[in-house]
Amino acid sequence: MLRKIFRSGTITEPLGVAGNNIEQLGARLSAAVLRRFRGSLAIRAVDAGSCNGCELEIHATNNPYYDLERFGIHFVASPRHADMLLVTGPVTRNMAVALKMTYEAVPEPKLVVAVGDCAACGGEFGCSYATAGTVADIIPVDVVVHGCPPTPTDIINGILISLGDDIAHD
Amino acid sequence: MNFTLSGSLVTLLSERNIRIVSVSGVPKTLCIPVQDWSKVAGLLKREDIRLVATWAAQEVGEGFTVHAAYAKTGQGYALLQTIIGEDASAFPSITPHYIAAARMERLIHDMFGLIPMDHPDLRPWTKHEHWPSDAYPLRKEFATDTDMPRSEGEYPYIEAEGEGVYEIPVGPVHAGIIEPGHFRFLAVGEQILNLEQRLGYVHKGIEKGMEGRDAFSATRLAARVSGDATVAHSWALCSALEQAAGIDVPPRASSLRAVLCERERIANHIGDIGATCNDAAWSFMHMQCQRLREDMARLHKDLFGHRLLMDLLVPGGVPCDLQPSDMAILQAQTRTIADEMLQLYDIYENNTSIRERVIDSGTIAHDDAQGLGLLGYAGRSVGLKTDARADAAYPPYERFPIPLATCPGGDVAARLWLRFEEIQESARFLDNMLAHMTEGDTRCAWAAPEAGATGFAVIESWRGEIATWVRFAADGRLDRCHIRDPSMINWMGLELAAREVPVPDFPLNNKSFNCSYSGQDL
Repeated sequence: MLRKIFRSGTITEPLGVAGNNIEQLGARLSAAVLRRFRGSLAIRAVDAGSCNGCELEIHATNNPYYDLERFGIHFVASPRHADMLLVTGPVTRNMAVALKMTYEAVPEPKLVVAVGDCAACGGEFGCSYATAGTVADIIPVDVVVHGCPPTPTDIINGILISLGDDIAHD
Repeated sequence: MNFTLSGSLVTLLSERNIRIVSVSGVPKTLCIPVQDWSKVAGLLKREDIRLVATWAAQEVGEGFTVHAAYAKTGQGYALLQTIIGEDASAFPSITPHYIAAARMERLIHDMFGLIPMDHPDLRPWTKHEHWPSDAYPLRKEFATDTDMPRSEGEYPYIEAEGEGVYEIPVGPVHAGIIEPGHFRFLAVGEQILNLEQRLGYVHKGIEKGMEGRDAFSATRLAARVSGDATVAHSWALCSALEQAAGIDVPPRASSLRAVLCERERIANHIGDIGATCNDAAWSFMHMQCQRLREDMARLHKDLFGHRLLMDLLVPGGVPCDLQPSDMAILQAQTRTIADEMLQLYDIYENNTSIRERVIDSGTIAHDDAQGLGLLGYAGRSVGLKTDARADAAYPPYERFPIPLATCPGGDVAARLWLRFEEIQESARFLDNMLAHMTEGDTRCAWAAPEAGATGFAVIESWRGEIATWVRFAADGRLDRCHIRDPSMINWMGLELAAREVPVPDFPLNNKSFNCSYSGQDL
């Protein structure tokens, strides 16, 4: 096992440049708050109806190539421990209340990043009897990352941009 | 598709003096009188025939039809239907014979308002308590964009009484980066007595959304039934559409589809092996597997333009092709990854702390698995021989058969072993396939069939058999589409496995099945 670890080496890459897929919404939190989140941000991921494609790419942000944790960003198991919600999917009718409750459980100040075309506009599923709208229809959204699904690079850049950190390469 | 079983059923039913109202359509559908619907199911069960799916459809001016697909190893598939007249709203449930039908019939009840008589548990399934009780989304008179008012209600969970029994409710928002669903554990101390799943949280109205779409638009939607099985779901829908339209895709198209599907299988098996080990706190394996999975995603982006291989199948074939140099790259990477997984298997096999956790955890008995009709690697890891690639013998697997890997264990260790094994089988298949690619077109023209044409296709996704049934309306648009993801059945397998498992071992078991929430909720 040790031999395998040494042979694999460190493969983490510098963060790539974001595609033209990230959209800033609403007013930013104050610079002071954002500065405090930077370097230590806890994220709660909420799937509000996705096809699980976005989840695969969110998982990939934690792989050794992208290593999201090097930015001090990590995923937590409870919204009460979180500073940010990362929300995917067209919000289904059956998830709308759960999403709202999860948002309310996150302590202030908090950020929301909507990940994927479905979260942004309903995507291929569109609006129907089974959906309750986009993520921004249910809770306030700070940044939208488009794509079906967005790449891990775009997701990481979207998270960093919501922190007011446009240059994330340090 | 192999429909030999249809013919055998005609003989069997006439031997047993059961009237067949008609045998019609392509593929052949046997119409059974409604009063014999359940009796026939009982008969088929005794013949060791597996239930694939049951669903309903609304007929123009004739009420509803209830459909069922059955399969038997070596004989392929058969389609049955029964007509429920316009003034009736009930049909005999087949759940007393086939436990796998339980949730499917609850769904028919939710979506059409038809009542499966003698169903042991008719609680709503996808229709959550806040839906209006008279909303039946799959009825034609129900508009797709209906704004349903919220109503109040409570879902009656299974309860247990007794000293020391307590409940653990989990979800719908789970503790990881994972889809939503609710689990209700009844536990005593550390031991789980019963796991009850409540799903439907990611119901997006996919079946309703299919109605009125043309073949290409429907294929894009099918690619998003379950993102981790995007190739297999697209393939199942395309095959059903092509069968309805009487189109045979060029051999090179089938070969490329299989290349994509087997790559998808390898990527998901690798990802889940790592994630299962991670749930037992062995992050070494998780990181190694994530690295390999990322290598695959990057090559997919380079060669096909999409990391997860979405939207690479269209009715009539595939819109892309591989140059000989691309094939060499693909072949080389597949070999490298398979070799690395062999090395990782050796490390895994010699690591006693992970082996301690997976051996004998979440064991399913062979008879239970067979009774349920457990699919895919979960079924094969308890000795079942169900594999649509062999049973349906669809191209290119009829020319390049994949040896069926099975083992008897039925526990987490067996499910892991089988996935390690299937990576090697798929890699060998890809090696052979890429060396013997048929030259020629990768796509043929799509021509939609007339209204009423139907198609039924199965595809073995990495998770197990996907079954898709379509019926066309006029103008080449879909009238009805039913999709049965393997998770619809395998979620019940997890309920079986979780009994007698300590609570902390549940995530390990859950990941070893990795059922799709989206695929089951639609």
